[in-house]
Amino acid sequence: MAAKHASYETVSVRSATRNYDAVKALDNVSLEVKVGEFVSLLGPSGSGKTTLLNVLSGFTRLTSGSVFFGERNVTLLQPHLRNIGVVFQSYALFPHMSVAQNVAFPLLARGVSKTDCQKRVREALALVELAGYEDRGVAQMSGGQRQRVALARAIVFDPGLILLDEPLSALDKQLRESMQIEIRRLHARLGATMIYVTHDQREALTMSDRIAVMRAGRIEQIATPCQLHDFPANDFVASFVGETTLLPVKRQSAKIVTLGEAALHTAREIPAADRLAVAIQAEKLIYGPVNENEAWNVLPGKVSEAIYQGESFKIFVRIGGGQTVSLRIPCHHMGARSLPQVGNDITLRLHVEDTIIVPVLGNCGEAEA
Amino acid sequence: MSASAPFADNAKALRAMERRERLALLALTLPALAVVALLLVAPLCHLFWQSLVDAKTGEFSLINYARIMQDPGYALTFGRTFLTAALVTLICVTLGYPIAFLAAISGQRSAMLILAMVLIPFWTSVLVRTYAWLVLLQHSGLVNRGLQAIGLIDEPLALVHNLTGTVIGMVHVMLPFVVLTLYGNLKQIPEDLGRAASSLGAKPMRVFLQVILPLSAPGLMAGAVFVFVLSLGFYITPELMGGGRTIMVAMLVQRNIDIYSEFGAASAVAFVLLGLTLFILWAADRIVPIERILGEK
Repeated sequence: MAAKHASYETVSVRSATRNYDAVKALDNVSLEVKVGEFVSLLGPSGSGKTTLLNVLSGFTRLTSGSVFFGERNVTLLQPHLRNIGVVFQSYALFPHMSVAQNVAFPLLARGVSKTDCQKRVREALALVELAGYEDRGVAQMSGGQRQRVALARAIVFDPGLILLDEPLSALDKQLRESMQIEIRRLHARLGATMIYVTHDQREALTMSDRIAVMRAGRIEQIATPCQLHDFPANDFVASFVGETTLLPVKRQSAKIVTLGEAALHTAREIPAADRLAVAIQAEKLIYGPVNENEAWNVLPGKVSEAIYQGESFKIFVRIGGGQTVSLRIPCHHMGARSLPQVGNDITLRLHVEDTIIVPVLGNCGEAEA
Repeated sequence: MSASAPFADNAKALRAMERRERLALLALTLPALAVVALLLVAPLCHLFWQSLVDAKTGEFSLINYARIMQDPGYALTFGRTFLTAALVTLICVTLGYPIAFLAAISGQRSAMLILAMVLIPFWTSVLVRTYAWLVLLQHSGLVNRGLQAIGLIDEPLALVHNLTGTVIGMVHVMLPFVVLTLYGNLKQIPEDLGRAASSLGAKPMRVFLQVILPLSAPGLMAGAVFVFVLSLGFYITPELMGGGRTIMVAMLVQRNIDIYSEFGAASAVAFVLLGLTLFILWAADRIVPIERILGEK
């Protein structure tokens, strides 16, 4: 239905800065989003992702810079004139209205006729699989259903852009994962431009066409999920995305760094920075027999801890120089049988293609163990 | 098995524990209940009995109530009292809503300042405030002279010793009730709702009328009922500001006793007022249930 009248727009944020006294909530941020693209803003709390979303929705004014929707400069435009659908973390459904009245609200605000309105409300509710719930009160709906009502309300008036502010964070894990897939499908079906704020890296990786990782009011890296995960731009991105251990290394030659005493080969470019770190992702460390024809870095060590986590074991290994890396061993019969015992010596392998060297920024990258 | 016996004992002990806790809670409310019984219920019963006795014969009679029904002066006073209370309520709600709204959307510091300005007069004696108003509003008072000085009026306005004075004085006393109840209510409305409404394309007026106003109805209703009911029993302000021209029901009670020593008649008037007030509360509860006014959504 929406495809008929929908005209989703590009979004362009240009040198956006927002100061709160001395604090820069947004620091010269630029972002280009294509029509129909799903872009996630990922970052820890206080990174500026919600500020950026509020700038797009018009609830927060910029200190300087500009925002364009398509050709329209909306920097000075009031929220109600922006034609955007916003889905809030709290759902923000009107508690004194029924489901249908909630979804009809943006249509009535636009002067859509009663009959047309009814039809579009029905279509929107069908799209989020809530057909027949029109007359329910909002209080009678479960968390997941409420979020679907909020989604229906945000798409029913064919907005140029849909903003989602951590919409799934109040849901339990199972429901959250099924809603992630559902929102993705909805996105594909509508062809909508969507900007999605989350602090959950897995959610961002699952849902996005591109992800912007934010820190301290800046975008550290914007890339596709695969690019972001396997080619982090710096130690912050590496530590925030994926299950990564960061260890300081020194450049030895064009393709070799030293980790303590050991030399690590990499097939990748080593960035031109003074301080470097190797980003070792848990799933890239291999334990057990490997194809010896491939080029491997070998990391001998001692198992210091093994934690059962349901689908996998998390194994901590102390390698030379007293540093600890972690790897995962899946919990199937073979994995469990060959599980290394705490205190035993172990040999880990890291493919040269998986040996990620990142520049170390200032005082940020507290490496996750 | 032998284990079943201790289980049964535990159930009994747990029940006893629950009973003890309930009794303890009851004991805590006992002093307050005693005060209410002693100082409210008992005197009310006495007044009610008094209202049913003919002062001349000392016998049971409905003469006091019959007089209220028959004498048009009573009906007039009751009517005037209700109209004055309604007028005061209307003005308080109209003036109080914007103040409460501003306080609710302001930052903490500005909100405190606004509420302080509302509360400081609230903490001042009604008598002091009423006399202050008399000084301000009298024939050659500050307000009249100021208006004359800037040329808005030629003759001094009659601002006291009439209904106008009564209403001004009462609004001043009652305004904090509306502002405080509404503020508490408005503060509970999540900020996201207003934002959601405007992101969905609603102009500010629409956001207010369709989202904020309906959701603040309980607070509005609570404030209005508060003001209306309290206004019905007002005495000092109409007495001083009305200049004997706006007789309210409470003054009728006082006159019956002070001038005519008619305790029975005074009690009957008080009971009719009490009955009408309870009726209004019941009617208000039908529109917006009391549970909602008291904070449960």
